[in-house]
Amino acid sequence: MTTEFLALSAILFTIGCVGVLTRRNAIVVFMCVELMLNACNLAFVTFARQHGNLDGQVAAFFVMVVAAAEVVVGLAIIMTIFRTRRSASVDDASLLKY
Amino acid sequence: MTTTAAFLPALAEGSGTVPVIHPTEADGVLSLLWLVIALPALGAAVILLAGNARTKPWAHLLGTGTVLGSFVLSLLAFFALMGRDEAERTVTQHLWTWVEAGSFTADAGLLYDPLSALFLLLITGVGGLIHVYSIGYMEHDERRPRFFGYLNLFVASMLVLVLADNYLGVFLGWEGVGLASYLLIGFWQHKPSAAVAAKKAFVVNRVGDIGMALGTMLAFATFGTTAFVGISAATEQAGQGTMTALGLLFLLAACGKSAQVPLQSWLLDAMEGPTPVSALIHAATMVTAGVYLVVRSNFIYEYTEVAQTAVVIVGAVTLLWGAVIGCAKDDIKKALAGSTMSQIGYMMLAAGLGVYGYAFAIFHLLTHGFFKANMFLGAGSVMHAMDDDVDMRRYGALQKAVPVTFLTFAMGYLAIIGFPGFSGFWSKDKIIETAFAESGLIAGLAALLGAGVTAFYMTRVMLMTFFGKKRWEKGVHPHESPSVMTVPLMVLAALSVLGGLFLLGDWITDWLTPVVGETGHHELAVSPLVITLVITATVAVGVAIAWFTVGKADIPRTAPANVSFVTRAARADLYGDALNESLLMRPGDRFVGDLVTFDDRGVDGFVSGTGSAFAGMSGRFRRIQTGYVRSYALSVLLGAALVLGALLVVNLA
Repeated sequence: MTTEFLALSAILFTIGCVGVLTRRNAIVVFMCVELMLNACNLAFVTFARQHGNLDGQVAAFFVMVVAAAEVVVGLAIIMTIFRTRRSASVDDASLLKY
Repeated sequence: MTTTAAFLPALAEGSGTVPVIHPTEADGVLSLLWLVIALPALGAAVILLAGNARTKPWAHLLGTGTVLGSFVLSLLAFFALMGRDEAERTVTQHLWTWVEAGSFTADAGLLYDPLSALFLLLITGVGGLIHVYSIGYMEHDERRPRFFGYLNLFVASMLVLVLADNYLGVFLGWEGVGLASYLLIGFWQHKPSAAVAAKKAFVVNRVGDIGMALGTMLAFATFGTTAFVGISAATEQAGQGTMTALGLLFLLAACGKSAQVPLQSWLLDAMEGPTPVSALIHAATMVTAGVYLVVRSNFIYEYTEVAQTAVVIVGAVTLLWGAVIGCAKDDIKKALAGSTMSQIGYMMLAAGLGVYGYAFAIFHLLTHGFFKANMFLGAGSVMHAMDDDVDMRRYGALQKAVPVTFLTFAMGYLAIIGFPGFSGFWSKDKIIETAFAESGLIAGLAALLGAGVTAFYMTRVMLMTFFGKKRWEKGVHPHESPSVMTVPLMVLAALSVLGGLFLLGDWITDWLTPVVGETGHHELAVSPLVITLVITATVAVGVAIAWFTVGKADIPRTAPANVSFVTRAARADLYGDALNESLLMRPGDRFVGDLVTFDDRGVDGFVSGTGSAFAGMSGRFRRIQTGYVRSYALSVLLGAALVLGALLVVNLA
């Protein structure tokens, strides 16, 4: 079973990764980040089950808490950017550069 | 204590004649020795710290008073020393521990012996007279208080120089008089020529001071002490090479301070200073410090024939060098400066002759201090009368206009040429005689020739200034100086006449015996009387030549241009400056120029090259920061992949 769970975790992570790199819409990018985090969670839980202890599960809870906090801050930023620029494209917000 | 002594053969010869200094502790009036230095030092501090304006009404009185106070103390100390037994005439006073660093200690201590005693009297006595004279001479100068402050500073430094009981103390005084000399030569600093002359004197003296500093260091490295007492007791442990090096280093120092060839070039320019300065510093006292150093270091020179010979050569060359320059100068002060150089050459010559010569070097130093100070002050009085004109071609027939100056100057003149009976006659005669007996024909003949040339140029000065026709500028009305100036002249004139009394019953040689050692009797090929007659005849020839070439002829008011090569060379100070310039100054200039180029191109090029390389690199690298968040995400991913890959490679390998 472990192999299948890890394979699913890897597939989910890759989808999230490609999404972050290719999509312009900030909301979608954000969702892809969530996908990557949850792929990681899946891997943690799988390994916890494999080893028969709770370390991985504890780590998964930490990731969830951090992800929740991240969503709060991240969505607020995206909201503000959208209000000022009338766009949620990550490529439009490229003023901070050389 | 000494490492060099082990490798070099110890010295044996001459060890019996050099006295080892065994001082006794100062008591009675001699325990006031420190006050001799402290008085003028206090005067200088008060005047210079309180400033020109605040001290104006009384600075000259304070300055003169402190020096005269020192003179009284010096006299008392002198008589106290005379009252002691000959073996106890060396007195020390320990003041405080000056430097203490590891194995090196130097005490601030005083050494008062017959040699210092004579110097003390000369410095404070002649110095006091010159202070009195300066009251009148500088009367109309706005900065007279400062002048007296500097003069006091000089006197204090000079007293430190001759009273110190170790080379480090001598060095302190040595630098102090150098500083005072610099300040006073450039006293009228609004004149560019004076400022330049002061700088020149300072720089040339620096060369000599290197000798003094290195000599002191070598003495410490060899003997473990810089005190005269310690060194004179340990001389026999040092090697010949060390002694020669010490002798030559101190000779270099003496050349700088005493304006001896090859460091002579500054003295003629130093005449830019006020005339009392020329009289006190550049004739009577400071420039004789070199002679003092050689005589004081007799416990070194007695063990090194090479250095002694070098001293004789320097003395002989300089006495002719200065005399030749003196012959061609039209500036009265420069003619006298050439003469000073020449007379100090006589002293150096005598000091290089060893135990027979030291006493006569000091004897001539004293008489020269009298008559040269007298003549410089006389020249100042003449300048005072002639509206500060120094060109003798515009003098003439002044004997009626300034009778006191004329008479006192004449006493100095007769003394310097060695007119029988006058002080210079006795001292110069002894030097020439000793040169013939101790050094052989060449030095003796040089000294004899020098006496003839001296007679020529001094007669020329005398004739051009006081005799002949009036060649005055329009509107000049010569008048005699006030008595505050003429009284010191009279005292110095009397001393110029009577200075020979020091030789009465060989007093001066006996007096200096505790310092320089017992002099035996030297054998002369001919009797001293014959030598005296030859000298007097040479002097007469010199006077006669001057009478026929200068006295009889009309003196043109501008210097004739079509003159012999020798005259042209003498007018240009025998090309001393040209020599310095082409041998030292120009190559130095080029060397420094090359260094600047190297610094600009090489060092700066490397440093700023590195800087601009980094600037260029960072200019490229910053392009990576595009502002696109997705490209950052890509680089994060690549970085993570890289780390992961590296971990895998390490773990699998």
